[in-house]
Amino acid sequence: MTSKLIRRAGLLLTGVCLAFAAAAPAVAQEELRIGFIAPMTGPIAQVGADATNGFKMYLDRVKSNFGGAPVKLIVEDSQAKPDTAVTKAKKLILDDHVQLLVGGVLAPEGYALAPVSTAEKVVYISAIPAADDLTQRQLANYPYFIRTGWTSSQPHHPLGQWACDQGYKKIVAIAADYAFGYEVVGGFQKAFEDCGGRIIQKIWPPLFTKDFGPFIPTIKSDADAVFSLMVGPMALQFPKQLRQSGYTKPIVGGGTSYDEAALPFMGDEAIGDVSALQYSAALQTPQNEAFVKEYRSKYGKVPSYFSETNYTTALMIDDVVKETNGKFPGPEAFIAKMSALKVDAPRGPVSFDDMRNPIQNIYIKKVEKTKLFGYDKDELWGVVIKTYPNVSQFWTYGKDAFLKQPVYSRDFPPCKYCE
Amino acid sequence: MAPLRMKVLIVIAILAAAALIVPHTNPFVILLATRALAFSILVMSLDILLGFTGLASLGQAAYLGVGAYLTAILAARYQIGLGYDFWLVAALGMLGAAVLAALFGLLAIRASGVYFLMITLALGQCVWGLAYRWNSLTGGDNGINLQHRPKFGIDLADQVTFFYVVFGFFAASLLIMYTLVRSPFGRSLAGIRERELRMKILGYNTWLHKYIAFIIAGAFGGLAGVLWVHTAGIVSPENVVLTTSVDALLMAVLGGPGTLIGGVIGASVVLFIREYLSTLVHWWQYVLGGVYVLVILYLPGGLMSIPGRIRQWRAARSEAADTPNLAPARQ
Repeated sequence: MTSKLIRRAGLLLTGVCLAFAAAAPAVAQEELRIGFIAPMTGPIAQVGADATNGFKMYLDRVKSNFGGAPVKLIVEDSQAKPDTAVTKAKKLILDDHVQLLVGGVLAPEGYALAPVSTAEKVVYISAIPAADDLTQRQLANYPYFIRTGWTSSQPHHPLGQWACDQGYKKIVAIAADYAFGYEVVGGFQKAFEDCGGRIIQKIWPPLFTKDFGPFIPTIKSDADAVFSLMVGPMALQFPKQLRQSGYTKPIVGGGTSYDEAALPFMGDEAIGDVSALQYSAALQTPQNEAFVKEYRSKYGKVPSYFSETNYTTALMIDDVVKETNGKFPGPEAFIAKMSALKVDAPRGPVSFDDMRNPIQNIYIKKVEKTKLFGYDKDELWGVVIKTYPNVSQFWTYGKDAFLKQPVYSRDFPPCKYCE
Repeated sequence: MAPLRMKVLIVIAILAAAALIVPHTNPFVILLATRALAFSILVMSLDILLGFTGLASLGQAAYLGVGAYLTAILAARYQIGLGYDFWLVAALGMLGAAVLAALFGLLAIRASGVYFLMITLALGQCVWGLAYRWNSLTGGDNGINLQHRPKFGIDLADQVTFFYVVFGFFAASLLIMYTLVRSPFGRSLAGIRERELRMKILGYNTWLHKYIAFIIAGAFGGLAGVLWVHTAGIVSPENVVLTTSVDALLMAVLGGPGTLIGGVIGASVVLFIREYLSTLVHWWQYVLGGVYVLVILYLPGGLMSIPGRIRQWRAARSEAADTPNLAPARQ
């Protein structure tokens, strides 16, 4: 008797549920769930905030609606630790059932998240982690991985060429002692030496060094310039301490030595220093001007490439989802559609090579104190002095030849001209 | 004897309940519980030194690192340890860590107190330096990824299966370490903790006792590493760095040094605040800091001392309650 009653109640309940289920799609489309992993605590929390703000700004602009699908963004804190990034990714995938993972900042986070995407068959989009091999020698392991940012060496091949074109013959490299530093220096050295220049010394201060006192006096005096790759707080200290020591020769820097996460906090000693990246907030295009103004009025700070790359990532996801009328097409199709995109981002035109890394402009930028975009104060900007259009991660070497050489490391390319 | 047996039964009951309940929660909680159990083996191994021998080590992450890197290198390079040979790798991880501990012990055991702390710290940082710099072997700061978890009859990629396997390792480790600290050898360790000089005078070779305890702790640290690397599928210098050693020490203190089981409580509390609470609120760091401060201020014996405190407090209150009852009788 009771069991019959329960069964009847169950049937009724099922009927009600079915009715709701049938009614629901007519009202709203299935939402697109995006998991976003960024360091919100720890030494690079500022970068995490820049990244999240960039992504959210795009969502605000389209009112969290991608091609008809409401977007649910779930942000998790990686604490800048690779294994925390992994557990947070698992949470996003297993509990929140996200269809897309975006995020990570440090290269080890990228290396940690990519296998998760393979194992769980979830798309992982790297907007920031720049480890070369993710879209080079190891790409085959990661079928659901795509990069919207850059490879560490990508802007530094053109920069090496540029330095050579300036007539620099001998350069001393000083760079943070970890994989990102090796890949940046490697790219610069390869292009610079292929053009006839010589890296005559490599100095590796530990990551997050604040006092460069022990390193500066060892810089060889017969060099024409210094190439520096600094990260986070290091970027503020190095040019200051080098100039205070009386060094007057030019400084050429890797992308993060002078990006807008550091630049607004630098002093006038940085004026004249040159660096390269796929984005500059000082880029004089109407689209970038609008982007900078909107970002700045919203978040009170000039956007850095961390903001731009995430903004553009959101834009790209929107473009894919629009194509499919707001329906998530499944991970394989999503990756295929995304890597076929060509978008006009604040950084300029972006498309993808067949290893799912962006082909984009690389800007050589010089730090100048000037007024831009109608702001009334003199500020430091990375003014673009030369544009290398449509640069791929393989520069001019060609994919096959490039992939034959090992990934850039502390010992590759070897320092032939070091004594 | 009876209260002790009671305590052991309570612990077994709670652990059994946890083993039954956890698989019915959501997958993220299962993963976190697995991580907490794996890490608590490291914390318990440290507790053998800290709580039972009186040696505060700040280099325990080194052994976790040996186990983890050994597992990762064998799996990523030689495909060893992804089938039935997982058991071999687990044994190798323990052995490797024990060998390292035997080496480090020669240097560290001669010191005590804060000097022991400094030496273990320095040795631990040596291992970190190797992990960070020996790029060709360890992948430098990028670390090493494992593509998948071992599969032998059962598939450890399944969260619940893996939880039970780690739980099994945890329970076995707890049992072995518990037997150890209750043995005459464990008693002599406690003697050394209380007064080393007296133990020496009684004829004990205290150096050898400490040395062996150090090696055993190292071996379990290695086991923790073997399991830990499979929880997230990645090992990086972050796992070997000083803060991981400090974490283990704080977890031991938080749970209650000299209790073993306090290790799993400390590890669970810290990991759940850091990895679960941080998904809910952004001010989780204040909670973690607050927990540390409150425990150190008000519960020097760690969270495990709470039942004892409650008993004391109730005894005191019933005494206090008794007094007014007696008072009218006197009138």
